[in-house]
Amino acid sequence: MNHEQLQSELLSIRHLMERSAKFISLSGLSGILAGCYALVGAALGYREVYGFASKMGYRDHYVTEEEVLVKLIVIASTVLLLSVGTAIWLSARKARKQGQGIWNPASRGLLKAVGVPLVTGGLFVLVMIARGTYGLVAPACLIFYGLALVAGGQYTYRDVKGLGVLQIALGLLAACLPGYGIIFWSLGFGVLHIFYGFIMYFKYDRRVA
Amino acid sequence: MLEHFDKAFENRVRLQIMAVLAANERYDFNALKELLGVTDGNLASHLKALEKVAYIEVNKSFVGRKTNTSYQASEKGKKAFAKHLETLENLIKQQKQ
Repeated sequence: MNHEQLQSELLSIRHLMERSAKFISLSGLSGILAGCYALVGAALGYREVYGFASKMGYRDHYVTEEEVLVKLIVIASTVLLLSVGTAIWLSARKARKQGQGIWNPASRGLLKAVGVPLVTGGLFVLVMIARGTYGLVAPACLIFYGLALVAGGQYTYRDVKGLGVLQIALGLLAACLPGYGIIFWSLGFGVLHIFYGFIMYFKYDRRVA
Repeated sequence: MLEHFDKAFENRVRLQIMAVLAANERYDFNALKELLGVTDGNLASHLKALEKVAYIEVNKSFVGRKTNTSYQASEKGKKAFAKHLETLENLIKQQKQ
């Protein structure tokens, strides 16, 4: 074997090790879209609560009104379902292009790692809503989502871990500044998703397409 | 120089299997087949060969009624694989000089 052959051999082995342990079909484009859904959802939610009918900058409604609360939950759930659906659809498409399946040991590991903090956080947020303590709902969403990303980052691109750390930081900051939940929520689920989606799209997606 | 190479890794698929098992705690048969793009029979024979030299261990479990066979690298296998990589790296370094 000559020098080039040896080096390409070693590289292909390292690449295989990486590919076998990490889910590399995660779509950056789906991150961009998830961020867009979140921003639209946040705008709709903002209109529900603050409205545009009153003058002098007063709110029309408060989150504590039941009708408003139900609408907010419906908006948030729709955003979540659309985001997850898009992520699965686009990742499956990317996996097909790479000649791989979407269901492999790496994706199973990713789901398991993400699942525990995500389900815990989801239940915790539901408990907070049921008990009428809304103040920490937005920070809790960001913190638990961030923890899920840090845990899952081990099974996919490293960037996901970075995104998770930023979500946690944003969540903690949101917890210190009550009343700005919607702004932090939009920053975390909207702006950060779009930003990281673009990074991942240009770093990884385009190579496949 | 080539005589330093491990005989078990002369075959490319065997080396690839060891690489995957070195990077993961365990890996099942079907996932290995999909990842490496080889046929059932081909993969099975290479796995047998690696099992024979005790580089890998086999775990059989039941998922419903189907058997699920997964593989993991033994300590001996991990050491042999690490040594093989080291040999490759050294060879590359020597050629550079």
